[in-house]
Amino acid sequence: MIEVKDVYFTYPNSIEALKGVSLTIKNGEFVAIMGENGAGKTTLVKHFNGLLKPTRGSVLVDGVDTTKVSVATLARKVGFVFQNPDHQLFSETVEEELAFALKNFGFKEKTIKRRVTWALNLLGLAQYRKTSPFMLSGGERKRVALASVLAWNPKILILDEPTIGQDYQQKEKLLQFILQMKAQRKTIIIVTHDVEFVAECNPRVLLMRQGRITADGKAQKVLTSPEILTHASIVPPQITQIFLQLSDFGLPKEVIDIYEARQKLLDVLERKAK
Amino acid sequence: MSVIETKSLTYTYPGATKPSIKDVSIKIKKGEFVLITGPSGCGKTTLCRCFNGLIPHFYQGELKGEITAVGLKVVEQPIHELAKHVGLVFQNPENQLFALSVEKDVAFGLENLGVPREEMQKRVKWALNLTGIHDLRERAPHELSGGQQQRVAIASILAMQPEVIALDEPTSFLDPLGAKKIFEVIYDLNRKLGITVILVEHRLDLTARYADHIIIMDEGKIVLDGEPRKILSSEEARLIGVGIPKPTRLYQILQKDGKIKLGNTIPLCSDEMAAMLMEALKS
Repeated sequence: MIEVKDVYFTYPNSIEALKGVSLTIKNGEFVAIMGENGAGKTTLVKHFNGLLKPTRGSVLVDGVDTTKVSVATLARKVGFVFQNPDHQLFSETVEEELAFALKNFGFKEKTIKRRVTWALNLLGLAQYRKTSPFMLSGGERKRVALASVLAWNPKILILDEPTIGQDYQQKEKLLQFILQMKAQRKTIIIVTHDVEFVAECNPRVLLMRQGRITADGKAQKVLTSPEILTHASIVPPQITQIFLQLSDFGLPKEVIDIYEARQKLLDVLERKAK
Repeated sequence: MSVIETKSLTYTYPGATKPSIKDVSIKIKKGEFVLITGPSGCGKTTLCRCFNGLIPHFYQGELKGEITAVGLKVVEQPIHELAKHVGLVFQNPENQLFALSVEKDVAFGLENLGVPREEMQKRVKWALNLTGIHDLRERAPHELSGGQQQRVAIASILAMQPEVIALDEPTSFLDPLGAKKIFEVIYDLNRKLGITVILVEHRLDLTARYADHIIIMDEGKIVLDGEPRKILSSEEARLIGVGIPKPTRLYQILQKDGKIKLGNTIPLCSDEMAAMLMEALKS
């Protein structure tokens, strides 16, 4: 569980990025943090693994204050995948990249081998085992970064913009993968601008603006309220955009899913027929 | 008239065992807004690097086949000559920005082109305003957020007003409203100034509406090439796993049901689909 209690954070250049954030994320929750550029999303999640410590207030991970433990200790529990994979990758081969953290955590050689293979297969990277990460495409490098964190099986997983550069099928896989992690009671936190991806997952959405949380609720509620969204520089999902224009016809506006959309339309048609 | 044309273009990076693009033959007309998409690793970025000569001049490797850009043979022209005509916005803005201030970064290309000072100031200001970063002009690019850096990278290319602009996932770090505004700016330049735009994107939900022409790549090859409404409603596009815009998908699903009578023009965005549904629900 992550507990954030009235956290303020000021960067050394005196920019105040967080201005009194409080929230609780329970074990096994799936949360999407959204909001405009510079809203403080990445700053907030960097507090979850202790990369940043609050200027004021406190962050507790499973009851432990992040100022009391090292990032290395927290990392075992909280895996963090950066927005830009180039900030994370450095090894000669994809395989070494994945093994690196495992070696540092002191896993046995045999376990390392097994875990690396597992993570490579999971993310469809097995054919690149011996390839340099820098020979791969942007989207593929992103997956290597994710695989390298998954390999040590952290309990809480933070993904900063996981869908950037990912094609439709990879996103579909990412979604399946997140659902699988959720079934294993892992906590998943994503920072994202990808409205369509969030609409497909329907997680809890935290909307941020200027260092504060401005909305907190199910995606289906938050992403279908144009008043809330405009302030956060977010555009409603495509399906919602259609339904927002159809409210005169007795259709609800809280629709984010394509099959739900079809059902609602057929319902209206049936009502009209009667 | 084609502004970019390739014939059986095949390219292999140095040290790679197989080509990244294979037998690519495309024609891009002057003034077109072209969308290039396809699964990650399919060769989109590599193809873009050929348009302004980064391939083969910078990346080396082995290039076979033919490519011309604005009538110039890419293989025979130095990058600085091609850069006057074809601007490329990189996928990762960090790879493109280097100056000490945003303003200097945006002015750099113009300095190299030898644009007179007054004209340069005018164009830098114009590009900074278009991309919404005028307030950031004194800041150092490397201190900016990913989204802000992308705006700088776009501004620095727009300032040069090349005949062709190729953009490789140019708004991936921007928030949705910011991305929408940038696409609208690019579309506007395409329509008003006739600049040819080549956009590499996965997010067709955001961009399909602007395109005159869509090219879909898979495993280094061109698999579909043509009119957006035709291509995005094709069975092939769905099978390759291209992210068909949700309004287009909804249209297809409803057409298959056959219970709601819809028009025949395949919608590419929510406004088109909403208008169509309004018609259907009124009757």
